[in-house]
Amino acid sequence: MAHGPREPFDNKIVEWVDSRLPIFTMIQKEYGVFPTPKNFNYFWNFGALAMVMLVTMIASGVILAMHYTPNAAMAFNSVERITRDVNYGWLLRYLHMNGASMFFIAVYIHIFRGMYYGSYKQPRELLWIFGIIIFLLMMATAFMGYTLPWSQMSGWGATVITSLFSAIPVVGKALVTWLWGGFSVDNPTLNRFFALHYLLPFIICAVVFLHVWALHVVGSNNPTGIDPKGPQDTLPFNPYYTIKDMFGLSIFLIVYAFLIFYAPTLLTHQDHFVPFNPMVTPAHIVPEWYFLPFYAILRSITFDFTLYLIVAGVAGGILIYNFCWRKTPCEKTKPFIPALLAVTVLFGIPAMLLAFFKDVEALKGVIAMIPLANIHLIEAKLGGVLAMFGSILLLAVLPWLDRHPVRSGRYRPWYRWTLIGFVVSAVILGYIGSQPAEQPFITIGQLATLYYFGWLLVIVPWLSHNEPVAKLPNSIHEAVLADSVKGGKK
Amino acid sequence: MQHKLLLSLSLAALLIAAPAFASPDTAPVQATVDGSAASTTAPADAPKDAAATEDNAMTKTDGDAQEMSAPEGHEAAAADDGGHHGPAIPQEEWSWEGPFGVFDRPQLQRGFQVYKQVCAACHGLSRVYFRNLSALGYNEAEIKSIAAETQVTDGPNDDGDMFERPGRPSDHFRSPFANDQAARAANGGALPPDLSLIVRARGDGTNYLHAILVGYEAAPEGFALNQNMHYNKYFPGHQIAMPQPLMEGSVTYEDGTTASIDQMSRDVTAFLTWASEPNMEKRKQVGLKVMLFMLVFAGLMYATKRKVWKDVH
Repeated sequence: MAHGPREPFDNKIVEWVDSRLPIFTMIQKEYGVFPTPKNFNYFWNFGALAMVMLVTMIASGVILAMHYTPNAAMAFNSVERITRDVNYGWLLRYLHMNGASMFFIAVYIHIFRGMYYGSYKQPRELLWIFGIIIFLLMMATAFMGYTLPWSQMSGWGATVITSLFSAIPVVGKALVTWLWGGFSVDNPTLNRFFALHYLLPFIICAVVFLHVWALHVVGSNNPTGIDPKGPQDTLPFNPYYTIKDMFGLSIFLIVYAFLIFYAPTLLTHQDHFVPFNPMVTPAHIVPEWYFLPFYAILRSITFDFTLYLIVAGVAGGILIYNFCWRKTPCEKTKPFIPALLAVTVLFGIPAMLLAFFKDVEALKGVIAMIPLANIHLIEAKLGGVLAMFGSILLLAVLPWLDRHPVRSGRYRPWYRWTLIGFVVSAVILGYIGSQPAEQPFITIGQLATLYYFGWLLVIVPWLSHNEPVAKLPNSIHEAVLADSVKGGKK
Repeated sequence: MQHKLLLSLSLAALLIAAPAFASPDTAPVQATVDGSAASTTAPADAPKDAAATEDNAMTKTDGDAQEMSAPEGHEAAAADDGGHHGPAIPQEEWSWEGPFGVFDRPQLQRGFQVYKQVCAACHGLSRVYFRNLSALGYNEAEIKSIAAETQVTDGPNDDGDMFERPGRPSDHFRSPFANDQAARAANGGALPPDLSLIVRARGDGTNYLHAILVGYEAAPEGFALNQNMHYNKYFPGHQIAMPQPLMEGSVTYEDGTTASIDQMSRDVTAFLTWASEPNMEKRKQVGLKVMLFMLVFAGLMYATKRKVWKDVH
């Protein structure tokens, strides 16, 4: 980076280094004078905040690892020794366990920012994909970190999540044994999870580097979604955004400090303070709060994918493709549309009956008459796993699901409101994930899951062609001036 | 260039504040067994005797009782048939609640006495060391003599034999049973859990513990109580393997406090809350410094930000 002509530095040592490796020139270019849109709001703090949390987690984690013992017989007590006997060990532990929550808070807001203002759109698709990869790596890291205290919740959480892989056809069972390093979650599992928990953050660092690099090639998006057109639209990163980030960071750290010092176990389940006992299953096995929406999606798939569901799904999918993904239906498909509709309805009704109404007394007679009801291509468990991973992977292709020419949700009211619905569905799913798998939670969770996927796969593609294109301001500068006039400011 | 001035001010504040976080741990509190704690350092560390009597007068507030989920683990394995949610647990007031709440030393000492004379017959406290008792207000000599009351297996010696010796402050509390099997055999199949983390290991642990200890009563008419089980109105499923541990006058308090069931329960709950997180007071002390610093720092950052952005339209 930072090739080309170089301004010499006054400081001789700096100049000596810089003429050999232009690192100071790079910092100056990327963080000093880097032209940044001048209209960022506080949502633009959260990338930097996530970065601060990554560093905090690595720093506190490395020191914790110096005191921790990754052995099934000793892990729980070693964590307690850290909390009780290591100098400021309690602080390290609370920094780290609450730091994970703060990291996810920052990242979730950061992702929401990207979705709301269309930051994932051309030319930032790759930047967005790196972000989703970071998110996936964070989830893996956090999950493995959750197992390290070797508490009831650790051991049983690890059992539940690793067992998901047994849903994979043919190789599933063998894969789980391989993951465990044995026939149950035991010492080998703990050892490898510790090794990976220590390794993954550094891989995250590498992807963060790529993420930031890609950002500095294409430049930041901004609340208007309009590209900067000249110097009147931008400010040098320093001091304007360094100080704005510092202020945002201060507020963020106050929340973080409150958790650490006044509510260190607020977000931690009580079973995290009971040593792991493979013979006693806890009444509730719940993941940390930041996984709850995905956990709820996993549990929402309570039904096998029958022949009917698959056929109706394929026919319905072709219809969605023609009417939502495409601007106008494909000429070749047009003659078949009535037939497709008929198939969707005809197969859809028994599919729905089998999937959702099996337990309704009045319908039992009808359902018993459906032929071939027992043929299913995907079992509920595998369906749940696919839905869970799909819910994240679909986010990665958001730039291709949404092809609307306007970036920012500020000028896209339809997109904006359905996106807020998407966030609401994720919050509902989070609540459902924390509840036992019983009614009415199951049905609510299924409806929220339906909206989650419906928004991504139907609403967003449809809006791409059908949401009116608003008249945008000519430039960021103009938009800022218009705002100031409206707000009565200078 | 005023923003540079503000920035340097903030950095200076950071430098000044840094030593505050690195202050050495508070020196052990000097006190005598009768409970007159004489703290030498941090003021928040020095509750006085007055607080002790306040606990007696505390009122029960059943009003905003919360639902709690069933306790898992050993107890539950023996006795839980009550589904996911147990009975509502009354919310009590405790001296250590809130950002400035601290333990009451005399109460901790009384609670320790209850643990030692009642609970320790069946329950271990293996993550607590005798040296930790300095936080309760005991001095070194007292801790040595408390530790020496326990016999500890040590060794092997030069002849290759294990031997018994009196406990030292550096020893941890011993479980009354050699292993879990022995504990179960002696308790009708139920395993008395180690108490060092009991308050953290139960939902709303402090209130829960107190509720269980005072929640014993005769089983209502028609309640099918299993063999070796005891009726407890706050335990999920109402059947608990542990017999009622506290009776009126189970202990004779050294400080003359009347040993009612409620009083003993509050005292031992205080002691076990401390045992679950011995660093709680330290945590809040550091927290106060951090919070004050962060508020000032955030204010300076905001002022600086305003200055820097003043001329941007």
